[in-house]
Amino acid sequence: MQESMLSVENLTVRYGAVEAVSSVTLSVDRGEIVAVLGPNGAGKTTVLNTIIGLVRPAGGTIHFKGEDITGVETELIVRGGLGLVPERRRIFKNLSVRENLRLGAAARGGKSGFEDDLAELLQLFPILAERMEQLAGFLSGGEAQQLAIARAVIGAPELLLLDEPSLGLAPKLVEGLFGLISELRDRGLSIMLVEQNAYQALNIADRAYVLRTGRIEAACSADDLRDEQELMRAYLGLRGAYAGAEEVASAVPAGAPPA
Amino acid sequence: MIAGFLQQAINGLSLGSTYALLALGLAIVFSILHLVNFAHGEILTVSAYAMLGVRNLGLPWIASIVLGVAVAVLTAVAMERVAFRPVRHASPTTMLLTSFGVSIMIQAVLVIFISPRPKAVPQPDWLATAVTVGGLRLQSVQLLTLGATAAALGVLVVVMRRSLMGLAMRGASEDFDAVRLMSIRANRVIMSAFAMSGFLAGIAAVLLLARSGSVTPTMGLLPVLMAFVANVIGGIGNLTGAVVGGFVLGFVEVMLRAWLPVGVNGFTTGFLFLFVAVLLLLRPEGLFGARTATRV
Repeated sequence: MQESMLSVENLTVRYGAVEAVSSVTLSVDRGEIVAVLGPNGAGKTTVLNTIIGLVRPAGGTIHFKGEDITGVETELIVRGGLGLVPERRRIFKNLSVRENLRLGAAARGGKSGFEDDLAELLQLFPILAERMEQLAGFLSGGEAQQLAIARAVIGAPELLLLDEPSLGLAPKLVEGLFGLISELRDRGLSIMLVEQNAYQALNIADRAYVLRTGRIEAACSADDLRDEQELMRAYLGLRGAYAGAEEVASAVPAGAPPA
Repeated sequence: MIAGFLQQAINGLSLGSTYALLALGLAIVFSILHLVNFAHGEILTVSAYAMLGVRNLGLPWIASIVLGVAVAVLTAVAMERVAFRPVRHASPTTMLLTSFGVSIMIQAVLVIFISPRPKAVPQPDWLATAVTVGGLRLQSVQLLTLGATAAALGVLVVVMRRSLMGLAMRGASEDFDAVRLMSIRANRVIMSAFAMSGFLAGIAAVLLLARSGSVTPTMGLLPVLMAFVANVIGGIGNLTGAVVGGFVLGFVEVMLRAWLPVGVNGFTTGFLFLFVAVLLLLRPEGLFGARTATRV
């Protein structure tokens, strides 16, 4: 029997009259990487922001380690061991790398071993060790993403929510990023990964959910989903991993609104 | 001529100090809450009346300073808790109007329960003395002003750079929710910002009293108006800009007063604002303001 880290049941979120998330149910067990996939505007970010308490749900419940955290303040949820690497990173650009990490460490509460954890973390993120005194605003996209993840990890979370970590990164960097995420799992973190980059995410995930227009369209093991070409095409608008450029272009529906 | 200029420069720095302290307090709160706190001057006023009260009890000057600054901090924190927290998520206009209300209320309370007239606050005799160094006349009150301002700014720099709450305040000025994701309580960050702004207003009250020697219910009004202008000069919400803006404003004001021809020196304030207008024409975003106002 797997121990449940996160259990979301019938989560519904409304922005005014718009229902952004409709009755979403999903879970993450200890030690798992769970991918949440889906096109732009599917409600993926809203789900994460609601779990962490930045957005109030209209209905449904969220349990973290068996405890009901629905409607609890973000600060308390984070201190309880849930971390979020937000969309577009949101590192503090006018603060140095070290200062960013110091703020991240606040989430540890009283947990000891900060020095050890920092040393270990800097081994995982060697580039940050070189840039500790630099302003975070001067980091490159890849470095900034590493800092965003490191800032959350130094807070010693048990479950890490990652919102589109590969967004805006060069393909070479994306590979390294996903390697890093599985490394974090190997070190004992449970991970929920929201991505548009479906294939790469499925390579490291154990299970996956497909979210579309605020609803769960599919829930299965990552391997099954990867093999389900039909499903991938239908819900993610993607062809095979090695699809030619023409096919990719034709996968974009005609008259799609400009990004 | 040179000595005269240096003399006026010292006078300008001395006047600018008070503007800088008040402007910095405004900027700290604005950078985090986007609230232009029109009641900031009343923190100074309440602090000055507290010093009056302490002196009337027969306690020494130094006790009045310590208690006065403490009262300023408490007033600022209480103001946030009672007046601004309930409207924190309302529109900026609502918050602005709330600050007007607080300002008017505090002034009215002082008028009704104490007096609309100025009241003398005894200052130590040594403040009226002066020393002459190399032909420059340095008044003790100016030395006190410059020393206290340097110390207060030093404290602020250390807090903002070294303490976790200082980092959180700087972080919150960029992205408030990201600070909450670090598990740092929003209420504590905002309370700390008000406490810092109150501390700076308290120091400004000490310096203002040392110069004028009396309190009135509206004494905070003009200095804080000038502090707003200082913020505009420096770039709104920029802490360094606020301090520099305060000093520039004080400096230019004193220089205009000293060197304008006799016929027009009654219009010092007019020329001062003309200077500000020209400055803003050249740099609309202020000396330290971001050229692109991107807030994502």
